Amino acid sequence: MGRQAARMNVNGKSYARVVDARLTLADFLRHEINLTGTHVGCEHGVCGACTVLVNGRTARSCLMFAVQANGCEVTTVEGLTPEGKLSVLQQAFIDNHGLQCGFCTPGMLVTLTELLRDTPDPSEQEVREALTGNLCRCTGYAGIVAAALDAARRLRDADKPETA
Amino acid sequence: MKPAPFDYHAPRQLKEAAELLAKLPNAKVLAGGQSLVPMMNFRYVIVDHLVDLNGLDELRGIVVGDERLRIGAMTRQRDIETSPEIAKHCPLMVEALHHVGHRQTRNRGTIGGSLAHADPAAELPAVCAAHDAVVHVASVRGIRQIAFHELGSGFMATTLAPDEMIAAIDLQVWRQGHGYGFHEFARRQGDFALAGATALLDIGADNVVRRAALTLFGVATSPVRVEAAETRLTGQPLTSGAIRAASAAARQIEPISDIHASGEYRRHLAQVLSSRALNDAAQRAGVQA
Repeated sequence: MGRQAARMNVNGKSYARVVDARLTLADFLRHEINLTGTHVGCEHGVCGACTVLVNGRTARSCLMFAVQANGCEVTTVEGLTPEGKLSVLQQAFIDNHGLQCGFCTPGMLVTLTELLRDTPDPSEQEVREALTGNLCRCTGYAGIVAAALDAARRLRDADKPETA
Repeated sequence: MKPAPFDYHAPRQLKEAAELLAKLPNAKVLAGGQSLVPMMNFRYVIVDHLVDLNGLDELRGIVVGDERLRIGAMTRQRDIETSPEIAKHCPLMVEALHHVGHRQTRNRGTIGGSLAHADPAAELPAVCAAHDAVVHVASVRGIRQIAFHELGSGFMATTLAPDEMIAAIDLQVWRQGHGYGFHEFARRQGDFALAGATALLDIGADNVVRRAALTLFGVATSPVRVEAAETRLTGQPLTSGAIRAASAAARQIEPISDIHASGEYRRHLAQVLSSRALNDAAQRAGVQA
Protein backbone atom coordinates (compact mmCIF):
# COMPACT_ATOMS: atom_id res chain seq x y z
CA MET A 1 0.00 0.00 0.00
CA GLY A 2 3.02 2.24 0.39
CA ARG A 3 3.56 2.17 -3.37
CA GLN A 4 0.64 2.88 -5.61
CA ALA A 5 -0.26 3.68 -9.17
CA ALA A 6 -0.50 7.32 -10.18
CA ARG A 7 -2.19 7.88 -13.53
CA MET A 8 -2.92 11.34 -14.78
CA ASN A 9 -3.02 13.56 -17.79
CA VAL A 10 -0.39 16.30 -17.73
CA ASN A 11 -0.49 19.03 -20.37
CA GLY A 12 -2.53 16.78 -22.65
CA LYS A 13 -0.33 13.68 -22.29
CA SER A 14 -1.15 10.58 -20.26
CA TYR A 15 1.32 9.31 -17.68
CA ALA A 16 1.26 6.26 -15.45
CA ARG A 17 3.83 5.48 -12.79
CA VAL A 18 4.01 3.39 -9.64
CA VAL A 19 5.18 5.71 -6.88
CA ASP A 20 5.52 6.03 -3.13
CA ALA A 21 2.26 7.30 -1.67
CA ARG A 22 4.22 10.03 0.06
CA LEU A 23 5.56 11.46 -3.23
CA THR A 24 4.11 14.93 -3.68
CA LEU A 25 2.57 15.93 -6.98
CA ALA A 26 5.35 18.54 -7.33
CA ASP A 27 8.07 15.89 -7.04
CA PHE A 28 6.13 13.61 -9.37
CA LEU A 29 6.07 16.31 -12.04
CA ARG A 30 9.74 17.14 -11.63
CA HIS A 31 11.35 13.76 -10.97
CA GLU A 32 9.03 11.17 -12.51
CA ILE A 33 8.02 12.92 -15.73
CA ASN A 34 10.83 15.49 -15.91
CA LEU A 35 8.67 18.59 -16.13
CA THR A 36 10.98 20.86 -14.16
CA GLY A 37 9.12 24.07 -14.96
CA THR A 38 7.17 23.64 -11.75
CA HIS A 39 9.43 24.99 -9.01
CA VAL A 40 9.54 23.80 -5.43
CA GLY A 41 10.26 26.53 -2.90
CA CYS A 42 9.05 26.04 0.64
CA GLU A 43 7.36 22.61 0.45
CA HIS A 44 4.74 23.65 2.96
CA GLY A 45 2.25 25.65 0.95
CA VAL A 46 3.44 29.17 1.62
CA CYS A 47 5.45 30.34 -1.38
CA GLY A 48 3.17 29.30 -4.28
CA ALA A 49 6.08 28.52 -6.65
CA CYS A 50 4.73 25.00 -7.24
CA THR A 51 1.23 26.16 -8.25
CA VAL A 52 -0.31 24.06 -11.05
CA LEU A 53 -3.84 23.67 -12.39
CA VAL A 54 -5.63 20.51 -11.29
CA ASN A 55 -8.81 20.04 -13.31
CA GLY A 56 -8.57 23.72 -14.23
CA ARG A 57 -8.17 25.05 -10.69
CA THR A 58 -4.97 26.25 -9.09
CA ALA A 59 -3.47 24.04 -6.40
CA ARG A 60 -0.18 23.89 -4.59
CA SER A 61 1.44 20.75 -5.93
CA CYS A 62 3.58 20.38 -2.79
CA LEU A 63 0.38 19.89 -0.76
CA MET A 64 -1.04 17.11 -2.90
CA PHE A 65 0.24 13.60 -3.19
CA ALA A 66 0.71 12.30 -6.72
CA VAL A 67 -1.63 9.39 -5.97
CA GLN A 68 -4.36 11.95 -5.25
CA ALA A 69 -4.14 13.26 -8.80
CA ASN A 70 -5.31 9.90 -10.20
CA GLY A 71 -7.59 10.58 -13.15
CA CYS A 72 -6.98 14.34 -13.02
CA GLU A 73 -6.04 16.78 -15.75
CA VAL A 74 -2.95 18.64 -14.60
CA THR A 75 -1.58 21.73 -16.33
CA THR A 76 1.89 22.98 -15.49
CA VAL A 77 3.64 26.11 -16.70
CA GLU A 78 4.92 24.08 -19.67
CA GLY A 79 1.32 23.45 -20.70
CA LEU A 80 0.24 27.08 -20.73
CA THR A 81 1.64 27.67 -24.20
CA PRO A 82 2.60 25.79 -27.34
CA GLU A 83 6.26 24.74 -27.32
CA GLY A 84 8.67 27.50 -28.27
CA LYS A 85 6.06 30.24 -27.98
CA LEU A 86 5.03 32.64 -25.24
CA SER A 87 1.53 33.32 -24.02
CA VAL A 88 0.24 36.90 -23.91
CA LEU A 89 0.77 36.82 -20.15
CA GLN A 90 4.35 35.56 -20.46
CA GLN A 91 5.17 38.27 -23.03
CA ALA A 92 3.67 40.87 -20.70
CA PHE A 93 5.96 39.60 -17.90
CA ILE A 94 8.97 40.27 -20.14
CA ASP A 95 7.72 43.68 -21.25
CA ASN A 96 6.92 44.86 -17.71
CA HIS A 97 9.94 43.50 -15.83
CA GLY A 98 7.67 40.96 -14.13
CA LEU A 99 10.57 38.65 -13.35
CA GLN A 100 14.18 38.82 -12.25
CA CYS A 101 15.58 35.50 -11.00
CA GLY A 102 12.53 33.66 -12.31
CA PHE A 103 12.13 31.20 -9.45
CA CYS A 104 8.60 32.26 -8.54
CA THR A 105 7.54 32.91 -12.14
CA PRO A 106 5.97 29.51 -12.98
CA GLY A 107 3.65 29.81 -9.98
CA MET A 108 2.87 33.43 -10.76
CA LEU A 109 1.98 32.56 -14.37
CA VAL A 110 -0.30 29.67 -13.41
CA THR A 111 -2.05 31.72 -10.70
CA LEU A 112 -2.58 34.66 -13.04
CA THR A 113 -3.73 32.40 -15.89
CA GLU A 114 -6.59 31.25 -13.66
CA LEU A 115 -7.36 34.83 -12.61
CA LEU A 116 -7.44 36.20 -16.16
CA ARG A 117 -9.53 33.25 -17.35
CA ASP A 118 -12.20 33.91 -14.68
CA THR A 119 -11.80 37.69 -14.37
CA PRO A 120 -10.85 39.19 -17.75
CA ASP A 121 -10.94 42.77 -16.45
CA PRO A 122 -9.41 42.64 -12.97
CA SER A 123 -8.75 45.69 -10.83
CA GLU A 124 -5.26 46.20 -9.42
CA GLN A 125 -6.68 45.17 -6.03
CA GLU A 126 -7.98 41.90 -7.50
CA VAL A 127 -4.60 41.17 -9.06
CA ARG A 128 -2.85 41.87 -5.78
CA GLU A 129 -5.30 39.65 -3.88
CA ALA A 130 -4.78 36.83 -6.39
CA LEU A 131 -1.03 37.14 -5.86
CA THR A 132 -1.16 36.97 -2.05
CA GLY A 133 -0.51 33.24 -2.33
CA ASN A 134 2.68 33.67 -4.38
CA LEU A 135 5.89 35.05 -2.93
CA CYS A 136 8.50 36.88 -5.00
CA ARG A 137 11.72 38.02 -3.37
CA CYS A 138 13.13 40.11 -6.26
CA THR A 139 10.65 42.27 -8.10
CA GLY A 140 8.70 43.85 -5.27
CA TYR A 141 5.55 42.76 -7.17
CA ALA A 142 5.06 46.09 -8.98
CA GLY A 143 6.27 44.65 -12.29
CA ILE A 144 4.22 41.48 -11.83
CA VAL A 145 1.04 43.45 -11.12
CA ALA A 146 1.72 45.69 -14.14
CA ALA A 147 2.30 42.60 -16.31
CA ALA A 148 -1.00 41.06 -15.20
CA LEU A 149 -2.96 44.23 -15.92
CA ASP A 150 -1.16 44.66 -19.25
CA ALA A 151 -1.89 41.06 -20.26
CA ALA A 152 -5.55 41.47 -19.29
CA ARG A 153 -5.75 44.55 -21.51
CA ARG A 154 -4.06 42.81 -24.45
CA LEU A 155 -6.31 39.74 -24.12
CA ARG A 156 -9.43 41.94 -24.02
CA ASP A 157 -8.27 43.90 -27.05
CA ALA A 158 -7.62 40.68 -28.94
CA ASP A 159 -11.17 39.56 -28.15
CA LYS A 160 -12.78 42.75 -29.42
CA PRO A 161 -14.43 42.49 -32.82
CA GLU A 162 -12.76 44.59 -35.50
CA THR A 163 -14.40 47.95 -35.95
CA ALA A 164 -13.77 49.86 -39.14
CA MET B 1 10.61 18.54 4.11
CA LYS B 2 9.26 15.27 2.76
CA PRO B 3 6.60 13.36 4.68
CA ALA B 4 7.49 10.10 6.38
CA PRO B 5 6.25 6.99 4.54
CA PHE B 6 2.64 5.95 5.03
CA ASP B 7 0.06 3.66 3.47
CA TYR B 8 -2.55 5.44 1.41
CA HIS B 9 -6.22 4.49 1.30
CA ALA B 10 -8.78 6.03 -1.00
CA PRO B 11 -12.24 4.78 0.02
CA ARG B 12 -15.20 5.48 -2.28
CA GLN B 13 -17.90 5.32 0.40
CA LEU B 14 -18.35 6.75 3.87
CA LYS B 15 -18.97 3.28 5.29
CA GLU B 16 -15.67 2.06 3.84
CA ALA B 17 -13.83 5.09 5.25
CA ALA B 18 -15.33 4.49 8.70
CA GLU B 19 -14.28 0.83 8.62
CA LEU B 20 -10.73 1.78 7.65
CA LEU B 21 -10.51 4.30 10.48
CA ALA B 22 -11.86 1.74 12.94
CA LYS B 23 -9.34 -0.93 12.04
CA LEU B 24 -6.12 0.88 11.07
CA PRO B 25 -3.72 1.93 13.83
CA ASN B 26 -2.26 5.47 13.78
CA ALA B 27 -4.45 6.52 10.87
CA LYS B 28 -5.43 10.04 9.96
CA VAL B 29 -8.09 11.47 7.71
CA LEU B 30 -6.97 13.52 4.70
CA ALA B 31 -9.45 16.19 3.61
CA GLY B 32 -8.18 19.16 1.58
CA GLY B 33 -4.69 18.68 2.98
CA GLN B 34 -3.89 22.39 3.17
CA SER B 35 -2.97 22.16 6.87
CA LEU B 36 -2.30 18.46 7.34
CA VAL B 37 0.16 18.05 4.45
CA PRO B 38 2.41 20.94 5.59
CA MET B 39 2.45 19.32 9.04
CA MET B 40 3.33 15.99 7.45
CA ASN B 41 6.04 17.60 5.31
CA PHE B 42 7.55 19.10 8.48
CA ARG B 43 7.07 15.73 10.19
CA TYR B 44 5.09 17.33 12.97
CA VAL B 45 2.61 14.65 12.02
CA ILE B 46 3.75 11.13 11.20
CA VAL B 47 1.03 8.62 10.34
CA ASP B 48 1.06 4.97 9.39
CA HIS B 49 -2.12 5.25 7.35
CA LEU B 50 -3.72 8.10 5.49
CA VAL B 51 -7.42 7.76 4.68
CA ASP B 52 -8.20 10.15 1.84
CA LEU B 53 -11.82 11.36 1.86
CA ASN B 54 -11.56 13.13 -1.50
CA GLY B 55 -13.29 10.26 -3.29
CA LEU B 56 -16.41 10.49 -1.13
CA ASP B 57 -18.91 12.38 -3.26
CA GLU B 58 -21.56 11.86 -0.57
CA LEU B 59 -19.65 14.26 1.69
CA ARG B 60 -19.80 17.07 -0.87
CA GLY B 61 -22.54 19.57 -1.52
CA ILE B 62 -24.80 22.25 -0.12
CA VAL B 63 -28.45 21.60 0.75
CA VAL B 64 -30.82 24.36 1.81
CA GLY B 65 -33.53 23.30 4.26
CA ASP B 66 -36.22 25.35 6.03
CA GLU B 67 -34.17 26.68 8.88
CA ARG B 68 -30.90 24.91 8.27
CA LEU B 69 -28.25 24.85 5.64
CA ARG B 70 -26.29 21.62 5.33
CA ILE B 71 -22.76 21.69 3.98
CA GLY B 72 -20.98 18.41 3.31
CA ALA B 73 -17.66 18.21 5.15
CA MET B 74 -15.67 17.70 1.94
CA THR B 75 -17.18 20.70 0.18
CA ARG B 76 -14.29 22.85 -1.02
CA GLN B 77 -13.93 26.30 0.46
CA ARG B 78 -13.88 27.82 -3.02
CA ASP B 79 -17.18 26.10 -3.92
CA ILE B 80 -18.77 27.50 -0.77
CA GLU B 81 -17.36 30.96 -1.53
CA THR B 82 -18.94 30.99 -5.01
CA SER B 83 -22.22 29.22 -4.14
CA PRO B 84 -25.35 31.33 -4.78
CA GLU B 85 -27.16 29.44 -1.98
CA ILE B 86 -24.50 30.37 0.54
CA ALA B 87 -24.49 33.99 -0.67
CA LYS B 88 -28.25 34.10 -0.17
CA HIS B 89 -28.60 32.26 3.13
CA CYS B 90 -25.24 32.69 4.85
CA PRO B 91 -23.48 35.76 3.44
CA LEU B 92 -21.23 35.91 6.51
CA MET B 93 -19.57 32.71 5.29
CA VAL B 94 -18.70 34.27 1.93
CA GLU B 95 -17.26 37.32 3.65
CA ALA B 96 -15.19 35.10 5.95
CA LEU B 97 -13.90 32.94 3.10
CA HIS B 98 -12.26 35.92 1.43
CA HIS B 99 -9.88 35.86 4.38
CA VAL B 100 -9.19 32.10 4.38
CA GLY B 101 -5.75 31.40 2.95
CA HIS B 102 -5.46 32.04 -0.77
CA ARG B 103 -7.42 30.97 -3.81
CA GLN B 104 -4.98 28.10 -4.42
CA THR B 105 -5.59 26.75 -0.92
CA ARG B 106 -9.36 27.41 -1.02
CA ASN B 107 -9.55 25.37 -4.24
CA ARG B 108 -8.46 22.34 -2.20
CA GLY B 109 -9.32 23.18 1.42
CA THR B 110 -12.63 21.94 2.84
CA ILE B 111 -14.96 23.18 5.56
CA GLY B 112 -14.80 19.88 7.45
CA GLY B 113 -11.01 19.95 7.39
CA SER B 114 -10.96 23.48 8.74
CA LEU B 115 -13.23 22.50 11.65
CA ALA B 116 -11.28 19.34 12.47
CA HIS B 117 -7.95 21.18 12.31
CA ALA B 118 -9.37 23.69 14.81
CA ASP B 119 -6.85 26.49 14.48
CA PRO B 120 -7.85 29.12 17.05
CA ALA B 121 -7.57 31.92 14.46
CA ALA B 122 -9.45 30.10 11.68
CA GLU B 123 -12.38 31.94 10.14
CA LEU B 124 -14.79 29.10 9.28
CA PRO B 125 -15.14 27.83 12.86
CA ALA B 126 -16.10 31.39 13.86
CA VAL B 127 -18.88 31.40 11.26
CA CYS B 128 -20.05 28.01 12.57
CA ALA B 129 -20.11 29.38 16.11
CA ALA B 130 -22.10 32.44 14.96
CA HIS B 131 -24.66 30.28 13.16
CA ASP B 132 -25.04 27.76 16.04
CA ALA B 133 -23.79 24.96 13.83
CA VAL B 134 -24.43 21.29 14.48
CA VAL B 135 -21.63 18.97 13.46
CA HIS B 136 -22.42 15.49 12.08
CA VAL B 137 -19.73 13.07 13.12
CA ALA B 138 -19.43 9.70 11.37
CA SER B 139 -17.84 6.42 12.46
CA VAL B 140 -18.61 2.69 12.35
CA ARG B 141 -21.05 3.42 15.19
CA GLY B 142 -23.13 5.61 12.89
CA ILE B 143 -23.65 9.37 12.84
CA ARG B 144 -23.81 11.45 15.98
CA GLN B 145 -24.65 15.12 16.13
CA ILE B 146 -22.87 17.56 18.38
CA ALA B 147 -23.30 21.27 18.92
CA PHE B 148 -20.38 23.19 17.43
CA HIS B 149 -19.28 24.51 20.84
CA GLU B 150 -18.78 20.92 21.96
CA LEU B 151 -16.32 20.20 19.15
CA GLY B 152 -13.26 22.02 20.51
CA SER B 153 -11.42 20.58 23.48
CA GLY B 154 -8.29 22.72 23.75
CA PHE B 155 -5.54 24.16 21.58
CA MET B 156 -5.95 22.62 18.11
CA ALA B 157 -7.74 19.68 19.65
CA THR B 158 -11.27 18.35 19.24
CA THR B 159 -13.56 15.89 20.97
CA LEU B 160 -13.52 13.68 17.87
CA ALA B 161 -12.40 10.12 18.61
CA PRO B 162 -9.50 8.81 16.48
CA ASP B 163 -11.89 6.70 14.41
CA GLU B 164 -14.38 9.50 13.81
CA MET B 165 -14.64 12.04 11.00
CA ILE B 166 -16.82 15.06 10.32
CA ALA B 167 -19.44 14.24 7.68
CA ALA B 168 -21.48 17.43 7.48
CA ILE B 169 -22.18 20.74 9.13
CA ASP B 170 -25.66 22.21 9.67
CA LEU B 171 -25.89 25.98 10.02
CA GLN B 172 -28.91 27.73 11.47
CA VAL B 173 -30.17 30.11 8.80
CA TRP B 174 -31.15 33.62 9.86
CA ARG B 175 -34.10 35.56 8.46
CA GLN B 176 -33.52 36.99 4.97
CA GLY B 177 -32.32 40.56 5.20
CA HIS B 178 -30.33 40.03 8.40
CA GLY B 179 -27.18 42.08 8.76
CA TYR B 180 -23.72 40.57 8.94
CA GLY B 181 -20.22 41.85 9.51
CA PHE B 182 -16.77 40.29 9.48
CA HIS B 183 -13.53 41.94 10.47
CA GLU B 184 -10.15 40.51 11.30
CA PHE B 185 -6.68 41.88 11.76
CA ALA B 186 -3.80 39.99 10.13
CA ARG B 187 -0.37 41.24 9.17
CA ARG B 188 -0.89 40.14 5.56
CA GLN B 189 -3.91 39.15 3.49
CA GLY B 190 -4.48 35.42 3.88
CA ASP B 191 -2.51 35.06 7.09
CA PHE B 192 -4.10 33.72 10.23
CA ALA B 193 -5.59 36.64 12.13
CA LEU B 194 -4.29 38.00 15.42
CA ALA B 195 -7.94 38.44 16.30
CA GLY B 196 -11.26 38.77 14.53
CA ALA B 197 -14.96 39.39 15.11
CA THR B 198 -18.16 38.43 13.33
CA ALA B 199 -21.57 39.96 13.92
CA LEU B 200 -25.08 38.91 12.93
CA LEU B 201 -28.06 41.21 13.58
CA ASP B 202 -31.75 40.66 12.91
CA ILE B 203 -33.39 44.05 13.20
CA GLY B 204 -37.16 44.65 13.00
CA ALA B 205 -38.87 47.47 11.13
CA ASP B 206 -39.15 49.27 14.49
CA ASN B 207 -35.32 49.34 14.66
CA VAL B 208 -35.39 46.92 17.59
CA VAL B 209 -32.83 44.10 17.58
CA ARG B 210 -34.66 40.75 17.50
CA ARG B 211 -31.56 38.62 17.57
CA ALA B 212 -27.83 39.22 17.81
CA ALA B 213 -24.72 37.06 17.60
CA LEU B 214 -21.26 38.44 18.28
CA THR B 215 -18.37 35.99 17.90
CA LEU B 216 -14.66 36.51 18.51
CA PHE B 217 -11.90 34.31 17.15
CA GLY B 218 -8.14 34.16 17.53
CA VAL B 219 -8.53 35.10 21.19
CA ALA B 220 -8.99 31.66 22.73
CA THR B 221 -8.54 28.03 21.69
CA SER B 222 -11.98 28.07 20.03
CA PRO B 223 -14.28 30.85 18.80
CA VAL B 224 -16.09 32.65 21.61
CA ARG B 225 -19.64 34.00 21.57
CA VAL B 226 -19.90 37.24 23.56
CA GLU B 227 -23.17 36.53 25.33
CA ALA B 228 -23.04 39.68 27.41
CA ALA B 229 -23.03 41.75 24.21
CA GLU B 230 -25.80 39.71 22.63
CA THR B 231 -28.03 40.09 25.70
CA ARG B 232 -27.34 43.80 25.83
CA LEU B 233 -28.33 44.30 22.17
CA THR B 234 -31.37 42.02 21.97
CA GLY B 235 -34.77 43.68 22.51
CA GLN B 236 -33.28 47.17 22.40
CA PRO B 237 -33.29 49.79 19.66
CA LEU B 238 -30.05 49.71 17.71
CA THR B 239 -28.13 52.92 18.37
CA SER B 240 -24.48 53.85 18.16
CA GLY B 241 -24.48 53.81 21.95
CA ALA B 242 -25.78 50.25 21.98
CA ILE B 243 -23.02 49.17 19.59
CA ARG B 244 -20.43 50.93 21.78
CA ALA B 245 -21.66 49.15 24.87
CA ALA B 246 -21.74 45.77 23.12
CA SER B 247 -18.21 46.24 21.78
CA ALA B 248 -17.02 47.17 25.27
CA ALA B 249 -18.43 43.86 26.46
CA ALA B 250 -16.15 42.13 23.93
CA ARG B 251 -13.24 43.43 25.99
CA GLN B 252 -14.26 41.24 28.90
CA ILE B 253 -12.23 38.29 27.69
CA GLU B 254 -8.85 36.94 28.67
CA PRO B 255 -7.12 36.33 25.35
CA ILE B 256 -4.03 34.26 24.80
CA SER B 257 -0.61 35.92 24.59
CA ASP B 258 1.90 34.55 22.11
CA ILE B 259 4.75 35.71 19.89
CA HIS B 260 2.28 37.34 17.50
CA ALA B 261 0.47 39.58 19.96
CA SER B 262 -0.02 40.18 23.67
CA GLY B 263 -3.29 39.35 25.35
CA GLU B 264 -3.86 43.04 26.05
CA TYR B 265 -3.46 43.92 22.36
CA ARG B 266 -5.89 41.16 21.40
CA ARG B 267 -8.38 42.55 23.93
CA HIS B 268 -8.07 45.93 22.25
CA LEU B 269 -8.57 44.31 18.82
CA ALA B 270 -11.61 42.41 20.10
CA GLN B 271 -13.32 45.66 20.99
CA VAL B 272 -12.39 47.57 17.82
CA LEU B 273 -13.19 44.68 15.45
CA SER B 274 -16.49 43.96 17.25
CA SER B 275 -17.51 47.56 16.78
CA ARG B 276 -16.65 47.45 13.06
CA ALA B 277 -18.42 44.13 12.55
CA LEU B 278 -21.55 45.33 14.38
CA ASN B 279 -21.61 48.58 12.40
CA ASP B 280 -21.35 46.68 9.11
CA ALA B 281 -24.10 44.31 10.24
CA ALA B 282 -26.34 47.25 11.17
CA GLN B 283 -25.74 48.93 7.84
CA ARG B 284 -26.43 45.75 5.87
CA ALA B 285 -29.65 45.31 7.84
CA GLY B 286 -30.61 48.77 6.64
CA VAL B 287 -29.99 50.66 9.86
CA GLN B 288 -27.64 53.60 10.24
CA ALA B 289 -26.63 53.33 13.88
